[in-house]
Amino acid sequence: MPWTKVYGNKAEFEKLSGSTPGLRGITYKDALLEATTQMLASDKNVFVLGEGVDDAGGVFGTTRDLHKKFGKDRVIDTPLAENGVTGIAIGAALAGMRPILVHMRVDFMPLSMDQIMNHAAKWHYMFGGKVSVPVTIRSIIGRGWGSAAQHSQSLQSLFAHIPGLKVVMPATPYDAKGLLRSSVYDGNPVVFIEHRWLYEHIGHVPEEAYTVPIGKAVVRRKGADVTIAAASLMVYEAMKAAEDLKAEGIDCEVIDLRTIKPLDIETLTGSVKKTGRLVVADTGWKEFGIGAEVIARVVEEAFHALKAPAVRVALPDVPTPASPVLEKAFYPGKEHIIEAVKKMLVRERP
Amino acid sequence: MKEDLLKHYGMNTITRKLLVEMYSVMLRIRMFEERVVDLYPEQEMKCPVHLYIGQEAIAAGVCLNLKKEDYLFSNHRGHGHCLAKGSAMGPLMAEFYGKKSGCSRGKGGSMHIIDVENGILGTSAIVGGGIPMGVGAALASTMRGEDRVTAIFFGDGAYDEGAFYEAFNFASLKKLPVVFICENNFYATNSHQSARQPGCRISDAAAAFDAHGVCVDGNDVIAVYKASQDAVTRARRGGGPSLIEAKTYRWKGHVGHEEDHPKGCRPKEELDYWKERDPLKVFREMLLKRDVMTASELDEIGASIKQELDAAVRFAKESPYPDEDELLKDVYSGGMS
Repeated sequence: MPWTKVYGNKAEFEKLSGSTPGLRGITYKDALLEATTQMLASDKNVFVLGEGVDDAGGVFGTTRDLHKKFGKDRVIDTPLAENGVTGIAIGAALAGMRPILVHMRVDFMPLSMDQIMNHAAKWHYMFGGKVSVPVTIRSIIGRGWGSAAQHSQSLQSLFAHIPGLKVVMPATPYDAKGLLRSSVYDGNPVVFIEHRWLYEHIGHVPEEAYTVPIGKAVVRRKGADVTIAAASLMVYEAMKAAEDLKAEGIDCEVIDLRTIKPLDIETLTGSVKKTGRLVVADTGWKEFGIGAEVIARVVEEAFHALKAPAVRVALPDVPTPASPVLEKAFYPGKEHIIEAVKKMLVRERP
Repeated sequence: MKEDLLKHYGMNTITRKLLVEMYSVMLRIRMFEERVVDLYPEQEMKCPVHLYIGQEAIAAGVCLNLKKEDYLFSNHRGHGHCLAKGSAMGPLMAEFYGKKSGCSRGKGGSMHIIDVENGILGTSAIVGGGIPMGVGAALASTMRGEDRVTAIFFGDGAYDEGAFYEAFNFASLKKLPVVFICENNFYATNSHQSARQPGCRISDAAAAFDAHGVCVDGNDVIAVYKASQDAVTRARRGGGPSLIEAKTYRWKGHVGHEEDHPKGCRPKEELDYWKERDPLKVFREMLLKRDVMTASELDEIGASIKQELDAAVRFAKESPYPDEDELLKDVYSGGMS
């Protein structure tokens, strides 16, 4: 399946896709734009709102010129009122629309936490299932160039903690397009988290509309020795780590979580039962994070399969620093995954 | 109706039928809430209750201007709003009792009422939380070209919240058909308005957002009706939102079935003053004095409401609780739980 492949860069894509003519490659950001364009074109209930969605940049290109095609009534630039506008999107969803709300930075979402957590997440349950809130909340993780503590957070575990929300983190252009459509038509509030460093990644994306199921992880690379479960940008680090480890005779299986909540625990335990070892690589903080949850679930369901203690590769428990030297020390990458895998193979349980 | 009175309210006409409806709607809320007061000590209603007694003229005056399909958003003190919009008493009362037949199937309690058929898409108990959602519903109806007005009820406490300003700004910016009704009962729990707001002129805020604002006597049902009529008409004509500040007083404590002056929350003299200005008593006396209705006609209305109420209580008490396996259901729409 060409769709499940991940490509490290454009050159790699061109080299590998050359043997399969007819397969179109587009970037992650264009995949999001295409999914949004198709939904706006085919469904009057879909609309886009958020700060600057109609500006020249078009939210890093993901909403570029949509207001020209569909009008400013359906591609709505909003006041800087994250909580209010989130509530407005929720209210519109309650009244039958399918809004796509865009936050340029996931860091702005804490301003809207009341509406997300107390309202969107609870509305279906609190009223006995009589109404639902089909709202998609897109948000972007920034990184690098001194973005610092308030423009680079990775808050997926905050949202994943709350019953009633779904959280997705596509890593590839194919998944970005398919998961965005799935999110809009899911019927529930979905927090859709993108990583800015993925926007220029190229991958195979069919032109026609399609969906990628929410709640399904995908095995990006088969392996027998260690399972590396990763999300978003860390999928690429995991793939690079697996490639390097292969040279040393260590065979890694890489699982792209794709959806954080609901977690695809079957795919995870299935893999760990085979490999007996688990590394979780996440873009967020280590403490109380995605890695902790994945490991806890695997331990609960497949403890006896584990040959070694599972390891989290994630951010240290500090805010993001600005200085390039500190930034470099802050973010884990493939080398941390490699180190974790090697250490694990040494520290095996008797 | 005497001409002097119509002149007082700036109205050309008011029908006897409407006056009877005003009385009926207010009395229906009052009797419902008083029955909650009577039953609450039984401790069978195992949820907090925020009673509306004293404020009935606002819900009645506003909702008599609304159509069934108009949206209504409300708050933790929402029983009166929903009853005035046309909600049946049975599912409401059953919700208070945590029963399966409750409007929210026993998952919401008294603070979370829903009645989709009557345009109530759920009430929030986070102060100010329902306001943006109401604006969103109005945005949706506008995008769809539907002739719907959205009425949003909130208190003077919600006026402290940023959510109000964010939502009101957006509604005015987009000229959405919304009527914002701030029920100013002067207290956020036990904190007086003057301790929280420098000017205490809530309706004046509308001007800053280029919208219409008006302050009315919230215990005068005709005054509220007239202000709402203007606001609803403006909204339907595309004239954008209005902010109605209706001054009133809550008789009971913030939560629960008792008055709060014995606990020292508010002065008893203040409650006595407002009880003299009881919206129902004043209106009933006016109806009698001006020969709109006779005492026996008014009592008949009460008797009919009592029947509805008795049936609602019976329904609530006799309904079964939800099955335990309901716990994990309805977290997500579409089956995932």
